[in-house]
Amino acid sequence: MARDSEPLFSSKNLKLLTDPLNNENPITVQVLGICSALAITVKLKPAIVMTLSVMVVLAVSNVVISALRKSIPPRIRIIVQLVVIATMVILVDQFLKAFAYDVSKQLSVFVGLIITNCIIMGRLEAFAMANKPWPSFLDGIGNASGYGIILIIVAFFRELLGSGTLLGYPVLEKTGLYNIGYENNGLMILPPMALITIGIIIWVQRAKNRSLIEE
Amino acid sequence: MRDFSNAYIFRFSAIMIIIVAVLLSGAAMLLQPLQQKNVEIEKKKSILASVNIESTRNNAETLYDKYIKKTLVVDARGNEIQGEDAFKIDMKEEMSKPVNERKLPVYFGILDNGEKKIIVPLQGKGLWGPIYGYISFNEDYKTVYGATFNHDKETPGLGAEIATREYQKQFRGKTIFDKNGKFISILVKKGGATPGSPNEVDAISGGTLTSKGLQAMLQDCLSDYIAWFNKQMKK
Repeated sequence: MARDSEPLFSSKNLKLLTDPLNNENPITVQVLGICSALAITVKLKPAIVMTLSVMVVLAVSNVVISALRKSIPPRIRIIVQLVVIATMVILVDQFLKAFAYDVSKQLSVFVGLIITNCIIMGRLEAFAMANKPWPSFLDGIGNASGYGIILIIVAFFRELLGSGTLLGYPVLEKTGLYNIGYENNGLMILPPMALITIGIIIWVQRAKNRSLIEE
Repeated sequence: MRDFSNAYIFRFSAIMIIIVAVLLSGAAMLLQPLQQKNVEIEKKKSILASVNIESTRNNAETLYDKYIKKTLVVDARGNEIQGEDAFKIDMKEEMSKPVNERKLPVYFGILDNGEKKIIVPLQGKGLWGPIYGYISFNEDYKTVYGATFNHDKETPGLGAEIATREYQKQFRGKTIFDKNGKFISILVKKGGATPGSPNEVDAISGGTLTSKGLQAMLQDCLSDYIAWFNKQMKK
């Protein structure tokens, strides 16, 4: 019983939230979920919605799998995990179609592809199958935030430099940059720039945190 | 780790499937009315865009009721079909039928200045998936007043450009008949339209296959309406 009385936000639990933001970041350190990071970071808004969607899917799936972890037969555990993820993704997709139709159109196939986002399967298999629901929930939120923060940073620069807007608001037009000959960089809108931006983030992160550099 | 019997695995899967099925069908049933509403609003927005009226999700329905005064369903021989709701017709379904069985919706828009525009839907195939849209004509049944296209999954920055207003603008004022009154549709020309040509628009550089799909869509859909257009012109 001693372990049950552990405070909800003990330092161990807090680490589950903060580690994925930096040292254990799913995109820049574990290099997972790159595909969606390329596809939906042209504009800031879809990136934010994608982050929230992944967060809901990952947190809930983590809790469900963790709650069931003792009754899931190991032989079919991957199938069970997939069923849980797929169910959550379909629910999220249905909700977006009903309440945020424009965004759901922009995300189109990528909501469905959350199912194949390796971050989610990875966390279920590596964490939720071996831990209690509450830490699993935190782990889910933490990893989705780690994923989302990269997505949002990339989308911020791509939308600002590529379209001159932020969340659709024409910020650069207001500053009058266009009058002195500035033009939007069309390359930022194309997928390669997402990879290059992520590369720069990885570079900056590793320059600051030398322990991440592989031998 | 506990060892689970086969019977347990089957029971576990069965229960899991039932729970998931109930959950998903429940959500689908509850949310369907809202989703359908969204699709309808989207359709109204496109119809309005084809007569160059920009609308938002909030005012699309009001504007639609204000400007779209009449709808009609015709067949490919040019006869009117009675008792059909044009708005409810699914063009994707109609285009997969043989030409003579297709039910073809027509919308009439009356603009603020009293001009009457004829709007017809388009449905075709792009490079990766369906493309669709609406095109409107002046009352001469020849000259394009406006057009709007949309797509599900064309390449962003290339084929997806058909969905931009900039691209759609060049259709304005084009005609679908040649000098002798023969139907030739609008050609989406790679390398750029011949300057001054009333039947050609620019293709998208880098989006050749989507452009071809667009041309085929215009050709296929408009040809179905020609019989009806000709009848109207004679009137």
